[in-house]
Amino acid sequence: MTATALRHELLQSYAFVARNFNLTKRYWGWELVWLSYSTASSLAVTFIAAGASEVTGQTGIDVKHFTLYLLLGTLIWHFMSIMFTFVSEVIAWERWEGTIEYTLMAPVHRWVHLIGQTLYAVIYSFISTLIIGTIMALFFEINLADANFLSALVVLMAGSISLIGIGIFASILPLLYPERGAQMTHIIQAAFLLVSGVYYPISVLPDWLEVAARISPVTYVLDGIRAAIMDNAPLSDMGQYVMPLLILGAITLPMGVWAFGQAEHYAKRTGKLKRVG
Amino acid sequence: MNAQPEIRGKQDDQNALIVSDITKIFHIHKQPLWRRVLRRPSTPNNNQRQPVTAVNHASFEIKRGEIFGVLGPNGSGKSTLIRVISTLLIADTGTVTVFGLDHIKHEMDVKNMISRVSVDAAFFKKLSPLENLLYGARLYGVTGREAERKAYEILGRLGLDKSTYRQPMEEMSRGMQQKVAIARAFLTSPILLLLDEPTTGLDPRSKREVRAFVEELRDSHDATILITTHDMEEADVLCDRIAIMDKGTIVALDTPEGLKSRLPTNGYKPTLEDVFMDLTGNVLVDKDTLEEPELHLN
Ligand SMILES: Nc1ncnc2c1ncn2[C@@H]1O[C@H](COP(=O)(O)OP(=O)(O)O)[C@@H](O)[C@H]1O
Ligand SMILES: [Mg+2]
Repeated sequence: MTATALRHELLQSYAFVARNFNLTKRYWGWELVWLSYSTASSLAVTFIAAGASEVTGQTGIDVKHFTLYLLLGTLIWHFMSIMFTFVSEVIAWERWEGTIEYTLMAPVHRWVHLIGQTLYAVIYSFISTLIIGTIMALFFEINLADANFLSALVVLMAGSISLIGIGIFASILPLLYPERGAQMTHIIQAAFLLVSGVYYPISVLPDWLEVAARISPVTYVLDGIRAAIMDNAPLSDMGQYVMPLLILGAITLPMGVWAFGQAEHYAKRTGKLKRVG
Repeated sequence: MNAQPEIRGKQDDQNALIVSDITKIFHIHKQPLWRRVLRRPSTPNNNQRQPVTAVNHASFEIKRGEIFGVLGPNGSGKSTLIRVISTLLIADTGTVTVFGLDHIKHEMDVKNMISRVSVDAAFFKKLSPLENLLYGARLYGVTGREAERKAYEILGRLGLDKSTYRQPMEEMSRGMQQKVAIARAFLTSPILLLLDEPTTGLDPRSKREVRAFVEELRDSHDATILITTHDMEEADVLCDRIAIMDKGTIVALDTPEGLKSRLPTNGYKPTLEDVFMDLTGNVLVDKDTLEEPELHLN
């Protein structure tokens, strides 16, 4: 690839980043609503730890440990689910706005398109997670003396790759099913929340759900980051979390992009993009 | 304006667009996929595919610099034809060649040369015209700065008030939105413009402005234009040649004069409406019935 071609493609990717930024800006009222809602629900979950002794009547509970466990769960889930939503709604947004034909007839390689959308998804989720995390720090006494942030970051990045692949997969649904597709992607997200051990160890799940947990990248991200932040696990210990994530990513990402291309072709053959006008 | 000088220069004598034997059939299912899959083979089959032949073996060539009209009533296949050319639909038969390039084999190059304006001005409604235009232009590799400069120029030329440039699109009238749509198409320096009923639903004044702009595009910017319409008068004044389409089939193709001269002049000049009636036995549909019902798909 020549330098000019790369520059051209970067500019095209940036088109999606800038557009999404503008959408965030123009829908700022809703952004505030979502942020408040997410903050409230993160706080609500984390307060469970504070009340654990009172609820159960047990005195030996390590509340600080439990608090950090839940807090990390809500923040990681927030980051992962927002990122997943943004990637999986790459087509759904265009359907809602009615712009799908204009975006798909532009001379943009699909991977350039997806990179743009993904880049914004990562930036957006990161900032919004940071805001919620900051607010939560005001409510709970958190001891991060034992935290290894580098380990946590590496796991988070590896996890993002595989989740993005699955998100691209899910984004196909609105191409295939103009009506119900967007709803289906939310079901996928709900399944991740249930099986990945966001607020509890996956060992509490029935056996068959535990199997599902083992193939969910979110499980490894949570385990890895909890080990890094709560137990100061060094980078060298992260292999057990990073390896499965990279393997999952190496499968889901290329397959997601490939499947997207197939779905786009199918939609163009059967007239599912749009038919009015 | 000159996005592909090499392509243009080399292929001066070529046709801008060759549509050859294009057919597009849609299969609509009465029942969703999962029901069809679950249906036992023995049950009476009342959910068979109902094929709709939207475009039926259409062929024509458009010369460079021409304004070529496709005239036909609602549902005659005009939009389907345009979607096939713009790679939004994959045809069942036939080929499309844009300035010598097959539109499937050279998809990116062809996409770079064409722009489309549809009857519905499809925009991000909360974004402003400028934000929408910048997005559109960047997709074609035009930088933000250049796009902004051009956007001002074109929007000004189209008579759009400056105060609206940074307001959400949803606050604009349909006529204004359609002007922004035309600006978007023009911003990317297309050498083949596909205009799908660009004036439908506009007030007479906006209609005139859009028409004038289309002519200006051809004259001063060397663009080739394919325009669909169900407005005979528009086709008559604007187009060099017209293909009349009915139920997916091109039933006649000629200059406006040529088409009209097919009918005997019994004391009065025949109109394109008369020609259409003569060819199909139908009248062109009234403008107000244009909007198609939003269908549920799949
Ligand atoms: N995506 C689609 N899926 C199914 N049927 C379609 C689709 N697009 C168009 N049709 C059908 O094809 C025929 C031609 O439609 P269209 O090309 O939109 O006509 P026009 O633009 O001349 O009004 C109509 O019967 C229409 O219902
Ligand atoms: Mg139409």
